[in-house]
Amino acid sequence: MLTCLCDAFYGNVGIATVKVLEHLGCDVNFDGRQTCCGQPPFNAGDWKQAREVATYAKEILFNNGQTVVTPSASCAAMTREGYHLLFPDQEPAHAFELSEFIVKELGITSWETTKSYNKKIAFHRACHGRGIGLTSQAENLIASIPGVELLPIRNAEQCCGFGGAFCVVEPHLSGEIGKAKVETLLENQPDEIVSGDMGCLMHLGGMIKHDGNQIRIRHYAEILAETI
Amino acid sequence: MSTRVEKYSNHIKPETAQNVSNASQAKTAQRVTALSTFFDQPEQMQIWASKVKGYVLDNLADLLLQFESKCQANGIQVHWAEDAKEANEIILGLCKQGAGTTIVKAKSMATEEIHLNKALEANGFQPIETDLGEFVVQIDDDIPTHIVTPIIHKNRGEISKSFVRENLGPETTIPEELAAQARAHLRSMFQAAKIGISGVNFGIAETGRIVLVENEGNSRLSTTAVDTHIAVMGIEKLLPTEQDLATFLPLLAGSATGQRITTYTHFITGPRQPGQIDGPTSVHVVLLDNGRSKILAGEYRDILKCIRCGACLNVCPVYRQVGGHGYEHVYSGPLGAVLAPGLEGVKAYGDLAKASSLCGACEEVCPVRIPIPRMLLQLRDETFRAGANTDHIPWRVFSMGATKPFIWKSGLMMVPMAPLVPHPLASAWKSTRDLPKSDRENFRKWWSKEHKNESTK
Repeated sequence: MLTCLCDAFYGNVGIATVKVLEHLGCDVNFDGRQTCCGQPPFNAGDWKQAREVATYAKEILFNNGQTVVTPSASCAAMTREGYHLLFPDQEPAHAFELSEFIVKELGITSWETTKSYNKKIAFHRACHGRGIGLTSQAENLIASIPGVELLPIRNAEQCCGFGGAFCVVEPHLSGEIGKAKVETLLENQPDEIVSGDMGCLMHLGGMIKHDGNQIRIRHYAEILAETI
Repeated sequence: MSTRVEKYSNHIKPETAQNVSNASQAKTAQRVTALSTFFDQPEQMQIWASKVKGYVLDNLADLLLQFESKCQANGIQVHWAEDAKEANEIILGLCKQGAGTTIVKAKSMATEEIHLNKALEANGFQPIETDLGEFVVQIDDDIPTHIVTPIIHKNRGEISKSFVRENLGPETTIPEELAAQARAHLRSMFQAAKIGISGVNFGIAETGRIVLVENEGNSRLSTTAVDTHIAVMGIEKLLPTEQDLATFLPLLAGSATGQRITTYTHFITGPRQPGQIDGPTSVHVVLLDNGRSKILAGEYRDILKCIRCGACLNVCPVYRQVGGHGYEHVYSGPLGAVLAPGLEGVKAYGDLAKASSLCGACEEVCPVRIPIPRMLLQLRDETFRAGANTDHIPWRVFSMGATKPFIWKSGLMMVPMAPLVPHPLASAWKSTRDLPKSDRENFRKWWSKEHKNESTK
């Protein structure tokens, strides 16, 4: 499952996800009819429209017995908790977030590589990982790459303020929360800001760029793919 | 189109936002330390506590009747109030039977919920808030901005200004001196008052005892140095047995104030017994429903597990920006965003559910693991269906595009033009953020090139 943000803006993250999965021996398939998981209208409260989109996504992605993997905890959480609320009587769908799949399903806890990645990284843990029981899986994978230095983050549990439509419907709140997050992420002078969800990164990256800062914003899958 | 919380956040004084943010961050850190010092496995205790409160909700009617009969056996008089009006009438009636017009009050959110002070004042009584924070709220004619720390939005300088205005003492920013000024003033009130009103932290069904926790000693004076003690208790505040306190007392103190246990814990079993030289001669419990039964029967029933620790407020990124006033309800933060519409309906307070990025930190810190994010989503759905939705994004258009691949793909081709769209949502985004560039590698093109021989539909 590519996710709509990667479809529209961050194709490189989708490519990295495929490369990582193929490197790990998975047979990857991409159904070009896929669109969105339905989370935007779901979070906005329009569950009628969310059911339309989710029904379509279930039909394309979840009805053929394949394992679904996605580079977003937010979309993965939607297919479990969200679909359960939308369709309480149906079998829950189940997409894995990429690091969740690598660590929990494939049992790989450190990234075997001969390459090194000499960067100081501020890692932002995407909040929606909480919804699917994710903790430090992605950070641990990144930290196991030679050369990577993970910087400590103050108030690490704090959200970046993106929240989907929240960021445009409540722009001032979202902006203030984002500013506080950017401040703590930049505190220890990282070379890059890394996360596991392009929603957070689009928001944080947009704010950082707005302030004229050129620091690089990356999905962890890109780093994994580069160090294969 | 925004929520009241967003509107409020546009006008909040930076100093106030900073006060709230600093204090709530400190409390969040203290909570973690306290719980992990007290419990080997804090998370297991949260899950256990959630089960105990779940049992209470499943058996609420029986446990309330048990509590009532045990209270009565202890000499505590029990009154049932269906709503705020009835509760105020009962309390006024009891106050009129008591002596004098000065009433000392210990901190109680239930009495804030029913606006008891207004009702008392309208009938010639002088209720005096004796909790230091609530006292400041009262003299400033303010409302609490936090269920545990009512003046989280004020700093020492602001408090001192209020005390100078009330002739309580000279200007100071030393906490001990401020406390001494309030103490000297409140002492004379304790000496004068014959009636005391408190809330209840836990009512024990097994024994008919009420348990109160506090740190200032004012609750002890308000409940024992008076002739009449009236305790106002939400019907959900029960615990089945005294043994449950071993879990709940440290869980509440740790989650609320980062303490292993509060400075004072009161176990009130009833009025003064023959041969005892002090204590109130009559003790009353007013059991308050005020919409709780309605919540119990619906989708938001788990919010009734809440033990009012305030941890979800402290950790909430939205609450940290605005404090409690932005929610325009006694209950604020993630708790308030569920409880306010639960008690008063989504038409009145449904927008509060949108004042959240759904980050889930509230559920993580909740000592009884209330699934607040799930309920915020359900409230958004209910609010939308009730026609009380505040934003008007055309999701029908989105879903039409997202269920038809050819529309979706043509939509994607227009993405590079997105920065040109003169829509209010686009300008909201652009006010503080740049848009991502979409000229990076396109996944679909890459896939069809790399995986030519595979079936891509």
